[in-house]
Amino acid sequence: MAEGIKLEIVSPEKLVLSEDVRSVTVPGAEGYFTVLGDHAPMMSTLRPGFVTIVGLDGRSDHFYVRSGFADVSNAGITILAEAASSLADFDRAGIVAELEKARADLAGIEDHEQRNFVQDVINGLSNLMVEAENLNQSHVH
Amino acid sequence: MASLKDLKNRISSVKSTQKITKAMQMVAAAKLRRAQDAAQAARPYAERMEQVLAGLSKAYEGRAGAPTLLAGTGKDDVHLLVVATGERGLAGGFNSSIARLARDHAQRLLGQGKTVKILTVGRKGNDILKRSFKDNIVEYITLRDVKQIGYANAAEIGRKVLEMYGAGEFDVATLFFSSFRSVISQVPTALQLIPAKLGGGEGEPAAAAPVVDYEYEPSEEAILESLLPTNISVQVFRALLENNASFYGAQMTAMDNATRNAGEMITKLQLSYNRQRQAQITKELIEIISGAEAL
Repeated sequence: MAEGIKLEIVSPEKLVLSEDVRSVTVPGAEGYFTVLGDHAPMMSTLRPGFVTIVGLDGRSDHFYVRSGFADVSNAGITILAEAASSLADFDRAGIVAELEKARADLAGIEDHEQRNFVQDVINGLSNLMVEAENLNQSHVH
Repeated sequence: MASLKDLKNRISSVKSTQKITKAMQMVAAAKLRRAQDAAQAARPYAERMEQVLAGLSKAYEGRAGAPTLLAGTGKDDVHLLVVATGERGLAGGFNSSIARLARDHAQRLLGQGKTVKILTVGRKGNDILKRSFKDNIVEYITLRDVKQIGYANAAEIGRKVLEMYGAGEFDVATLFFSSFRSVISQVPTALQLIPAKLGGGEGEPAAAAPVVDYEYEPSEEAILESLLPTNISVQVFRALLENNASFYGAQMTAMDNATRNAGEMITKLQLSYNRQRQAQITKELIEIISGAEAL
């Protein structure tokens, strides 16, 4: 079995990360999944969330990603995200502002489908906040 | 014939012009490097995106029910031209060559009896196209206040295009920009956005790659459907970055030429200044000598 897996996180602006890691946990559209070396080829869209990386030295690291997809192939795993940043750069205030805006939008929308959509966005963002909180706490220890 | 004083003024004014063009050239060179880096950094994303989309869309080849972003509306009556140019001039033929390509395209379409709508990005292109297609311009986006082009800017343009497409306002969208080949060569390019043209040119190696059985989560169709709109923004983003690099490349070349021209002009002016000065001295000497001889 391969020692690790090659991970690339790419945002439209730049290559955020490219290194060999032990495992990657990705926020897939249908739930989190973890990829180890020699994973079967798969492709999944992402929901906003945090990618957890366990490096070859056993240290873990987190990256924030938003709307994109993960492509697992024999060559490794590539995460293409519209926005990607390390946890340290995670823009908490920006998300809070977005959340506020989405809530305000929701109040003004009549159309049922659109309401659902905005509600989804709100749920996603709130989850994000909670997760960020958890990660921050686990880092303190 | 200009007087000595006039010539002197000309020389000093050309000299200060030269200083300005020289400074602009150096600024452009510095910015070019950054723009080039940005364009380079954006490449992996766009390339991966294209590969994945090409792979996914193959499944739809010759099948009905493909997403309309891929298959089109089935008509090509209304064309949307997205023309991306610079915000500033003084860059040689950069803006006008993009605008010319777009104009030729628009005229050809109009000649075929199609409807043409134009969305301009960038002030310069808007100014140029406004002259001949005032009624065709439906939207004008300026990136004037944007210091560093980010993905968000492109996403906004992409969203606008998709909105219009969703509302059935056009059938085919083409993006015009200048692709960056090298510092001295920028090629105005037309790229069809909708229906998406995938795997054009460099798509071959992707197609040659062994077909692996992917597991898809959610379904293949759902992934394709969520990626196609993103692809529009990605293409726009790439175009903007290429444009940016091209702009500075063109500006650098233009300013280099201007500096050289100013140099030549100064030499010429200096020469005629010196000649005239000498002629005047000779004339004065003759006057003195002939005056002395007359005594």
